Amino acid sequence: MALNIIVLAKQVPDTHNVGPDAMTPEGTINRAALPAVFNPEDLNALEQALRLKEQFPGSTIKVVTMGLPKSAEVVRESLFRGADEGFVITDRCLGGADTLATSYTISQAIRKIGKFDIILGGRQAIDGDAAQVGPQIAEKLGLTQVTYAEEIISLDEKARKIVIKRHIDGGVETVEAPLPLVVTVNGSAAPCRPRNAKRVMKYKNATVPAERPAEQAEAIAAANAAKPYLNITQWGAADIDADLKQVGKAGSPTNVKAVQNIVFKAKESQTLTSSDADVENLMVELLNNKIIG
Amino acid sequence: MVTRAPRTSKPQNLKNNFKSTSKPYNLKTSKPLKEMNSVFVYCEIEGTTVKEVSLELLTKGRKLANTLGVQLECVCAGANLDGIEKQVMKYGVDKVHVFDAPGLFPYTSNPHTAVLVNLFKEEDPQICLMGATVIGRDLGPRVSSALFSGLTADCTQLEIGDFDMNAGFDADKKPIVKHFENKLYQIRPAFGGNIVATIVNPEHRPQMATVRPGVMKMEVLDENYKGEVIKHDVAKYVPETEYVVKVIDRHVEEAKHNLKGASIVIDGGFGVGSRENFNMLFELAKELHAEVGASRAAVDAGFADHDRQIGQTGVTVHPKLIILAGVSGAIQHIAGMQDSGIIISINSDPNAPINTIADYVINGTVEEVIPKMIKYYKKNSK
Repeated sequence: MALNIIVLAKQVPDTHNVGPDAMTPEGTINRAALPAVFNPEDLNALEQALRLKEQFPGSTIKVVTMGLPKSAEVVRESLFRGADEGFVITDRCLGGADTLATSYTISQAIRKIGKFDIILGGRQAIDGDAAQVGPQIAEKLGLTQVTYAEEIISLDEKARKIVIKRHIDGGVETVEAPLPLVVTVNGSAAPCRPRNAKRVMKYKNATVPAERPAEQAEAIAAANAAKPYLNITQWGAADIDADLKQVGKAGSPTNVKAVQNIVFKAKESQTLTSSDADVENLMVELLNNKIIG
Repeated sequence: MVTRAPRTSKPQNLKNNFKSTSKPYNLKTSKPLKEMNSVFVYCEIEGTTVKEVSLELLTKGRKLANTLGVQLECVCAGANLDGIEKQVMKYGVDKVHVFDAPGLFPYTSNPHTAVLVNLFKEEDPQICLMGATVIGRDLGPRVSSALFSGLTADCTQLEIGDFDMNAGFDADKKPIVKHFENKLYQIRPAFGGNIVATIVNPEHRPQMATVRPGVMKMEVLDENYKGEVIKHDVAKYVPETEYVVKVIDRHVEEAKHNLKGASIVIDGGFGVGSRENFNMLFELAKELHAEVGASRAAVDAGFADHDRQIGQTGVTVHPKLIILAGVSGAIQHIAGMQDSGIIISINSDPNAPINTIADYVINGTVEEVIPKMIKYYKKNSK
C-alpha cells in the first residue's frame, strides 16, 4: 500500500551554533554570521517520512515550505535525501506572519495538494521555539495530532491507524491515532540519513521560478520541459486561495511591542587563582556570609 | 488623527468592587461583566495531582487578576477529580471549573481542546495561561487556532500595561494609532535567547501564553480562600467523536531531583570533561546540600542526564548560589541561570564568556578546584 506523505520544513537562521561573532559589539545580532539552515527537527521528521516510504513502496513524499524564494534550498536538500516533490509558498503579502497566519497559509497549501495520509513536521523551529504551527495546522484541517513524536512504531494502512511513541514530561507514552493526522517529531528521534549522491546529481539544478535570473528564465524553463522534476512548485497567496485577511501581518493576532537585545555586562568580579589559599578564603567567605551552611 | 479602540477590558471603577451585586456591562457587547473577562489558568493534572507549574501560574494569575480587577478562574480536566479544588483554591481561585470523565486522563489533544474552546466561547476570558510543558505546548496552539487568538510560547515574564498599535494611515497619510489599555505583556526570549521580545495580542481573546515550569514563584494566598466549584457535564463540551487517540502505554517517573527549586546549584559544562568528573560535582553538591545541573554541551556529550540540563531548552534555575564548573557560557545556557544570586565560575580559560557575569572567577581546572572546595568546606564548616 502506498502512502501520500507531506513533510513540513522551514529554513531558519542557525541560532543554535552561535559563535563569538554572532553578536556585534553593540549587542545586536550579526545576522550575516548566522547561516540559513534546514530546521533540525524538520530533518528528524523527514527521516520518519523516508522510513515510511521504505516500508510502503510506492509512497510519495511532498515537502512544503514557506519563506523567501531561497528557502527552496530546504526542498532541494529534501530531494537529495529521498523526497519526491517540493512546494515553496512565497509571496510578499505573507511577510510578518506569526504562527497563526503561517499555519493558515500552509494549511491552504495542503488543501490544494489534496491527497495525504500523514503530515510530518519538526516539533519546533529553532528561530522561534514556539512549537505552534504543527498543532495549528492540525486544528485548521480538522485533524488530530501527535506532538513530540520519537518514533513511528507501526502503521496499519487498511485499518487507517498509526502507533507512535512520544516524549511526555518525565517519561514516554505510546499512542494509537487515526489517519490522516499531523505528527510533530522531536529532536531526540532518529537523525536524518545523509544525501544520496545520485539524487544530488539529479536534483542539484531544481529551482523555483523566483530563484532563476530573469535573463535565463526562459532558457531554464525550456530546458526543464524535458526534466519536469527540476521544477519546484512555487505558489503565491492567490495560488492557494488564501484569504488575504488571514495571512501575513494582517492575519497575525500577536504584535511585537518591544525587542531588547541581551547584553551581558561584566560585573565587578573578583578573580581568584586555584591556589589552596584562594579557594579556602572563598569558602570561608561564603560560610561567614551564610551563603552556604 | 488618533482613534481610540473601544474599551475591551473592564471599566476602571470595577477594580475595587468586582464582587458587588450590581451588574456592570461591557460597553461593547452589553453583556453583564460580572462573570466575564476573567483570568483563566489551565491546570495540568498527573493522575489526580495538579502539577506545580499550574500552581505557579495560579499565583501569577492571581496577581494579574488583582491588577485588572477581575476574577481568577481555573480549569481542571481529568478523571476522578473529587476534591481537586482543595489543591488549587488556596492560591486565590474564585472559580474552579471541573471536567471529570474517564476519557480525560491521560491527556489527549482533542478532548482537552474541546473543553477549553467550548468553555471559553461561553466565558470569554481575557487571559489564559498554561504551562510551557509537553501538554501546554500541545494544547495551547490548538486552542488558539480554534479561537483565532494569539499565543506566545515560553514566556519568562507577564505584566499588564497599555499598548499603542500602529493601524495604518488615514486619508491624510498620518499614522493611525490605536490605544489599548490593560493588555497582557508576554515577555519571552527569542532568536535563540539573543533577544527578549515583548508580545501583545491587543484585539483577540483570550490573550494566551505558556510559561516554563519554575519561572514563576508558587505561593499559597490563603489556606481558607473561598471560591466556587462548578462541575460541568463533560458530554456537553466534548462530543464522543473527539476521543480519537488512545494511549496504549505510558511511563512517567517522579523527578529524581529538585534542580529548579534548589537554593544552591553546581552547574557543570563541557569543560568538566567526563561523566566520572561529574561525580566530583555530585560530591560537592552532597556537602553543600546542592543540586547538580549541566549545560547542553555536557548533556550532549553524555556527561550528565538530560533532565539536568539548564538553559533555554532545559530547566530555569534561580538559586542564591551557583557554581559553574567548566561552563563556557553559551547565551542559551545563561538564559537559564542568569537570575542566580552569587555566581562563581571555575574555568581554565580566563576569557570564557561566562566570566563576564560571574561575581567570582577562579582561573583553574575543575579537577583541581572542586576537590579543594570540598576540602576547605569540610575544614571550615564546623
